[in-house]
Amino acid sequence: MIEHLVVAPIVLPLAIAGALLLVDDRHHRAKASLSLAGALALLGIAALLVARADLATTHVYRLGGWPAPFGIVLVADRLSAAMVLLAAALAVSALWFSLARWHRAGPHFHTFVHFLLAGLNGAFLTGDVFNLFVFFELLLAASYALALYGGGAQRVRASLHYIVVNLAASLLFLIGVSLVYGVTGTLNMADIAVRVGALAAEDRVLAEIGIGVLAVAFFIKSGMWPLGFWLAPAYAAASAPAAAIFSILTKVGIYAVLRLWLLVFGGTSGAELLAFGGMATLLYGVVGMLASQRLGVLAGYGLLVSSGTLLAAIGLGGASATAAGLYYLGVSTLGVAAFFLLIELVERAREAGADVLAVTAEAFGVRTDEEEEEVGFAVPAAMAFLGLAFLACGLVISGLPPLGGFLAKFALMHALLREEASITAWSVSALLLGSGLAATVAFGRAGVRIFWASERVPPTIRLAEIAPIAALLALCVGLTVLAGPVLDYLGAGARVLHAPAAYIEEVLGR
Amino acid sequence: MELIIALGIGTFAGCGVWLMLRPRTFQVVLGLSFLSYAVNLFIFVMGWVRGGRPPFIEPALPADASAFADPLPQALVLTAIVIAFATTALLLVVLLAARGLTGTDHVDGEEPAE
Repeated sequence: MIEHLVVAPIVLPLAIAGALLLVDDRHHRAKASLSLAGALALLGIAALLVARADLATTHVYRLGGWPAPFGIVLVADRLSAAMVLLAAALAVSALWFSLARWHRAGPHFHTFVHFLLAGLNGAFLTGDVFNLFVFFELLLAASYALALYGGGAQRVRASLHYIVVNLAASLLFLIGVSLVYGVTGTLNMADIAVRVGALAAEDRVLAEIGIGVLAVAFFIKSGMWPLGFWLAPAYAAASAPAAAIFSILTKVGIYAVLRLWLLVFGGTSGAELLAFGGMATLLYGVVGMLASQRLGVLAGYGLLVSSGTLLAAIGLGGASATAAGLYYLGVSTLGVAAFFLLIELVERAREAGADVLAVTAEAFGVRTDEEEEEVGFAVPAAMAFLGLAFLACGLVISGLPPLGGFLAKFALMHALLREEASITAWSVSALLLGSGLAATVAFGRAGVRIFWASERVPPTIRLAEIAPIAALLALCVGLTVLAGPVLDYLGAGARVLHAPAAYIEEVLGR
Repeated sequence: MELIIALGIGTFAGCGVWLMLRPRTFQVVLGLSFLSYAVNLFIFVMGWVRGGRPPFIEPALPADASAFADPLPQALVLTAIVIAFATTALLLVVLLAARGLTGTDHVDGEEPAE
């Protein structure tokens, strides 16, 4: 029975999403409880998967019992399990946050989130390239709907670009997959790795082109410069809970690069491209952060900085740099997600339009049931919480002590400079430090403008909005306190990634 | 046969890229459709161009790889067609919404300054 656990993170959100479609939107309480229960169950399953990934038992699940490479396999190794856990944690907090008001701003919010989760988990768990494409499409289709969620001209305009860019990227993905299939005759990742090694020279070129085209598709998703111009406007326009979940979408591209590149090429050819692409992304993200006028855009560029750091770390280093990179991935994703949620509350303090609407609603005696159940508290506690949370987000994203962002950057630079003290490693370290400084400047400037402004309106925020932000930041603190065990776990996962023979053996059952 | 298919894929892809870079949303949608036709044909061709052969092994014939067409690319194409169809439909809705909300069919939601 327990071996079916691997498929549960895909089946459960699909089932919940299907069930949610059947519940009418008027029963929003029932919908919300079902959705949140599903997400919490997913969190439990993911935690169990993470715990089981350390055991020596088999992590491969053969769908329908078909042997690899003919059937589709799911593989829950340490990396996949950790990514599933991260996605579940983000989903729980975003859904929790949406309960305050967002989930009633339009139809089927919970359904979209669960479809997105099914796509995310499938992409993290699958061991088959075409299956990866299908799950990518599932998560993208759900993300289109979430990007549009809430409506308005701004969102529709930003989403149009987002959708077109990602559709074009999906077509590149298909070209890459079919080239690889045409040369190797298989779609199973482990089998591809075996067969690419045994190819004749002229066929190997074709396979490398195929994987190169695939990589371009992944780079577009992960926002690598010069393919990441779509990211910041689209994420800044999305509603707060949607944007919080979106902060893991770029990591799906990074995950795919990490998995396929290390599996098929063992991290040799194309390392410079990854390193320099990552550095360029880092630089672009830093410039964007300094130039951004709006907080949403700032968070979007923060994601680009984290993508760039990760790509450079993957391209440059060995197993220990990858492990540090994965730790950075977790911390920075949680930090940016908390920041996306926080932006909504901070903006509420400054949004003139929202207050006018509230005043007119009061003047006309409009009372919604929302107001009666309100557990709001105004200044100074609200403002103090917002300030502290803003500070914590800034510390995590810019990588200052004492929070996890600092440990992640420190571990990364330690690994890079110890393994090979080349010019590239030194310049990546310099860029990492520089990006921290720039992020500090950007956050400091935004914080001064928001919290030290003279005429600010104390916002009314609810417990359901504070709690998920606090939970995400608490996770960051937890990752800091437990940095040792977490880094050990990720280090073991990274060593498996860098020595893919064991993975191949396990999947192909030889 | 290979030449015709290669030229066809090239034409579709060329038209698609050109249309996708145009400033009007409808042209972009058409461009993406053309590109997806090109990609679908491309996937199909990856199973090699062989006429008159079934995509399964006939019991009467020996199980010879050259006697039947590769069924997997055909299955992949079906999946890709369905997904492209669905996303194009979604994109058309977004296009209409953008047209309604911004009052223009320019991809940036505003007419460029003269």
